[in-house]
Amino acid sequence: MNNEKKVFSLSGLLHHQLFIPVTALVLLAVFNLIMDPSFFSIQMGLNSEGNHILQGYLITILDYGSELAILAIGMTLVTAASGGQDISVGATVAIAGSVILRLLCGASAREPELQMPIILAFLIAVAVSMVFGAFNGTLVAVFRIQPMVATLIMYTAGRSIAAWINHNQLPIVTDKSYSLFGTIIPGIPIPTPFFIAALCVTAIMLVLRFSTLGLYVQSVGINEKAAKLNGINPVAVKILTFVILGMCVAVVGLIKTSRLCTINYSVIAKDIEMDAILAVALGGNALSGGKFNMWASVLGAYAIQFLTTTLYKYQVSSDALPAYKAVVVILLVIFSAPSVREKMAAISQRREARKNAGKEAA
Amino acid sequence: MFKKESKTGAVTNKKSGLSDTNALLVITLVIFVLMYTGAITILGGQFTKWQTFFNILNGNAYLIILACGMSIVMICGGIDISLGGLTGLVTVACAVYLDEKGGSILVSVGIAICIGLAFGIVQGFLVAYLDIQPFIVSLAGMFFARGLAHIIRSAPFNVASETFNSLKETRIYISFLGSVNKKGVFVPAYIEIGVIIAICVAALMFMMMKWTRLGRNFYAVGGNRHSALMLGINVKRTKFLSHIICSLLGGLGAYVYFLHIGSGSGSNASGAEMDAIASSIIGGVMLTGGVGNIMGTFFGVLSLATIKSIVSAAGFNDPWWTNITVAIMLCFFLVIQSVVMARKKKAAKK
Repeated sequence: MNNEKKVFSLSGLLHHQLFIPVTALVLLAVFNLIMDPSFFSIQMGLNSEGNHILQGYLITILDYGSELAILAIGMTLVTAASGGQDISVGATVAIAGSVILRLLCGASAREPELQMPIILAFLIAVAVSMVFGAFNGTLVAVFRIQPMVATLIMYTAGRSIAAWINHNQLPIVTDKSYSLFGTIIPGIPIPTPFFIAALCVTAIMLVLRFSTLGLYVQSVGINEKAAKLNGINPVAVKILTFVILGMCVAVVGLIKTSRLCTINYSVIAKDIEMDAILAVALGGNALSGGKFNMWASVLGAYAIQFLTTTLYKYQVSSDALPAYKAVVVILLVIFSAPSVREKMAAISQRREARKNAGKEAA
Repeated sequence: MFKKESKTGAVTNKKSGLSDTNALLVITLVIFVLMYTGAITILGGQFTKWQTFFNILNGNAYLIILACGMSIVMICGGIDISLGGLTGLVTVACAVYLDEKGGSILVSVGIAICIGLAFGIVQGFLVAYLDIQPFIVSLAGMFFARGLAHIIRSAPFNVASETFNSLKETRIYISFLGSVNKKGVFVPAYIEIGVIIAICVAALMFMMMKWTRLGRNFYAVGGNRHSALMLGINVKRTKFLSHIICSLLGGLGAYVYFLHIGSGSGSNASGAEMDAIASSIIGGVMLTGGVGNIMGTFFGVLSLATIKSIVSAAGFNDPWWTNITVAIMLCFFLVIQSVVMARKKKAAKK
């Protein structure tokens, strides 16, 4: 009861952002508990290579939610600084994955040995993704194009560029060590992507804690002109957020390609931009920019994956999935819309006033 | 052809104070004419035939209609990226209706329009009255439409209905234009029914934007919603109407697309929203709203289609080149727009 009251009063909303993703998680968990408690069972199994691995829906959520959490980090910063979202992340994940595979497999796409160390290929992919991020950022910050329209360019061209990098071949990495990033490290039964995500979240938390990045991003998002008058360069901050998103994209590209050891240009990370935006929105961050809460976005990402996995469990096909998520998005934006919020705030204020009046009378 | 060339003569007037709308329109026209004449002189071959031009029209009739709707929303300061998904959904719904229920053509057109109207009402309400960003709303709309289409029918299928197919195969021959084939027989050029619809829609929308109160309101709201409000324009209702018109045209355009390819699939017209936005922008519609012209959009579609066929005719047959050129072109025009806006701002300051 105490918690609810805080959410409905407007100032409480900002302080208790975590409430929204946590509520979503709890609602989904309760739904699954009622429908089928076996959803929560976790077994220790063996994978095809004879390594111990934990299996169960919760592990799937942890596994695939981690990709989303990594993207949500970058997307949160971009949203906060520019008041728009990057819809090209799916396409740029394809590019990053394609670059890594091109470097590892060489020109013939079927080299039996790795052509260079994985870490080097990954770093080059990071650099390439950062360049694409900077391209998007420049269009947004320098040319003042709405972020979603500016990133529409990469959204269209991205998968084509990815196919072009490998000349539309399907490179396959035969080296076993490459699959460690997307599956499990032998001896540790928890999927590796979770550790990668944990690493990324820790890194960004340290950056936010010990640098002024968070403050700068928020001030640019809240009022660009005021930020400029205070000596912050809004153009640089905006481009920086897109570059950070580029880094996140490269990490996801590594995980995605590592899962299959190959790439499918038109399917890899399909519709992931929708999920990433949804994670930010579910985290209670304003999609029009300004203040943000990184933990809320990360939790939001896992909540989205929870929803996806639940839908998959009830035999919803992957093509039909977007329809359900779209309904969730619409409901979310309706409840976070300023005009609806104002009305809700007015109702809660009236209720509080009545309660106070009641107390005074007593 | 003559008409287009006479328009390009307006370039000389540029310095003597063309409005943004006209300046951007002129850029589009010049680029289109240059591109087409360039294609004729350098690539020659098929581009000298009238039928090539009409094939571009046949294949892009639906895009003209969608782009008209997109332009209106963009002029009013919004955006709608659900049009491609809407097209997919309409093709599936109409195909299922015609094939399984054996329904009539007229009712299937009605279904298309109604689906469009439903999308318009919901999206328009969310954007105009609840003040939610149009991009988010229509992004959700796009995913909803695509998902729903796959729920209705997951595999693509062709329509077998005879009346529909006879309508689909209807060709309108233009006897005075055409080319002589290898055997020396004169083959008249032809267009499909969709082209007639598209041209009618474009003309109607052009007149509406130019000469009706509603059309002027769209420009006013897109240009500056606060001063529009001061002038006594019902801003919310105008925005709402812009989304309804856009989605209605989306439904109609979707049917024209359906008539062109004759199959129902949820992944039909993928990227159509992108093409519609690109053609509007190429046609001189400003993303910031308030500036644009339906005629520009019309030529924007033609420019986009022409560059696509030039790319494939020039030997870049790999599938990725089309998308990459479209993206480059979009980028180019976006940057031009942004420069125009920056200059205008500077001029206003002085």
